[in-house]
Amino acid sequence: MNSVDQLFQYTQTDSSVLKDPEVAHVVLNQNKVLGQNTVPGLNVDLKEMKEGIQAFLTVEEGIHIPKTVHLCFGMMPEKGVQRIEMEINLEKNSRLAVLAHCVFPTAVDVQHIMNATINIAEGAQYSYIEKHIHSLEGGVKVYPKATVHLGPYAQYKTEFDLLKGRVGLIDIDYQTHCDTKSVLEMTAKINGLAQDTIKVNETGFLNGKGARGVLTSKIAVRDEAKAEIRNKLTASAPYARGHVDCKEIVQDNGTATAIPIVEVHNPKAHITHEAAIGSVDAKQLQTLLSRGLSEDEAVELIIQGLLS
Amino acid sequence: MSLLQVKNLNLFLDGKKILDNLSLDVWEGHVHALVGPNGAGKSTLAFTIMGLSGYQNIQGDIIYKGESITHMGLDERARKGITLAWQEPARFEGLKVKDYLKVPSHGKDKKTLEQVLNQVGLEPANYLNRAVDKTLSGGERKKIELASILAMKPRIALLDEPDSGIDVESLEKIFEAVKILKKDGTTVVLITHSLAVLKQAEHAFLICCGRLLKKGTIDKISRYFGEKCIPCDHKNRPQNSQQGSSS
Repeated sequence: MNSVDQLFQYTQTDSSVLKDPEVAHVVLNQNKVLGQNTVPGLNVDLKEMKEGIQAFLTVEEGIHIPKTVHLCFGMMPEKGVQRIEMEINLEKNSRLAVLAHCVFPTAVDVQHIMNATINIAEGAQYSYIEKHIHSLEGGVKVYPKATVHLGPYAQYKTEFDLLKGRVGLIDIDYQTHCDTKSVLEMTAKINGLAQDTIKVNETGFLNGKGARGVLTSKIAVRDEAKAEIRNKLTASAPYARGHVDCKEIVQDNGTATAIPIVEVHNPKAHITHEAAIGSVDAKQLQTLLSRGLSEDEAVELIIQGLLS
Repeated sequence: MSLLQVKNLNLFLDGKKILDNLSLDVWEGHVHALVGPNGAGKSTLAFTIMGLSGYQNIQGDIIYKGESITHMGLDERARKGITLAWQEPARFEGLKVKDYLKVPSHGKDKKTLEQVLNQVGLEPANYLNRAVDKTLSGGERKKIELASILAMKPRIALLDEPDSGIDVESLEKIFEAVKILKKDGTTVVLITHSLAVLKQAEHAFLICCGRLLKKGTIDKISRYFGEKCIPCDHKNRPQNSQQGSSS
């Protein structure tokens, strides 16, 4: 098995996608580029740094990349730092979908730092799903930071999943600026166990007329895990619409805090929020118990459903 | 033959007596109806038999197959074959119908899941991959819950207001599902204040004010319910407070 396959096997994704010439991909092990493929209209420039990599991705104007691009940001060593400095530019009316696999299967003491600047020009559409798979040691510290600019009529949909292995520490910090009639959808799904710490700080600025945004967080904390979710939407233009939604399930000695902030600076804008924190719903639990599941099995199924 | 016996059951909630020295026998293989006006204690009795949280601190006894289950937890009772369908079923965000139906059927194949959905009048292809959440109507969730009971094949199914939220066209499907349960050997208790549902049963218990007011044939109970309970000025209070059960 070559080094690319060795790392990619942990993504739980069929590695045959890497052999498809129509699928663009980048596979990184810490600061080393193990594999790369690109497709017409997508320009990828990678520069290796001491502790990571600089990546520049551009989708040319009007180009729709037909197949999902796979980015594998992994790290096989048990200890170390992986720093990703990334700039993504979607030119006018372009389209791109990315599935990022962040795999740290053997991590004991690893830091994964991501600083991204994302520019989505007028009418462009960008979908970004980031799936983390960690070791069971809890030795991963993840610091994803992104600043996103959405041009008029642009769309940005992102989902962050950390459901396999131990979280360790995660500290998400995303800021998005939305121009006229642009659409933002940001979702984080994280399952915290043991002494895991989860911090989510997502902000959306609905600056353009008719801009729309939804910030969603679905978090489970069990054992001694802690979660603090601060999601903020600010609307400062007429007809801007937004919703902040946070659901957290707390079991055992877990602790959860949700701070949804909604700010409106225009009388024609409208933003709502909803936050629910607590144990699993009693009726859900009792329904599953009345079908013969044990309490542990029922709680697991409810949490899996929430995070699915 | 009695499969389940409720003996001198008393239950207080917030200092109020909700079940008042209530006794009844549920016969194996029969379809029973538990009828009575709103607030009579029908659902409370079902919750108590099932052992739901908040309904376990009782006086009296519940005997199932000759064994007291009063001390048992909800899941233990379920594993013995007792289950409950709620008047308003729970919503499960993200949990797919196929995974929900697999819970009681212990990993049975897709064919079984499709069969139980067909039995409640739902097209499997349209539902198996949907979530049991707010995107389903109350009636759809009701049917899916009934499908999960069909998949479970319990010994006793307590069905709380099985017609609630169900459109007229689908009602026959619900009644057919009750017949399938019976055919599969399940003893059914229908909790209702609807005469249409009552008529699906073979035997009925009339409850008022937490007490067993009458028991007997469907004709007898429906006549009494229609003539005495519906026009009763003292809803949910026995006309003769000294009156006990009578056959």
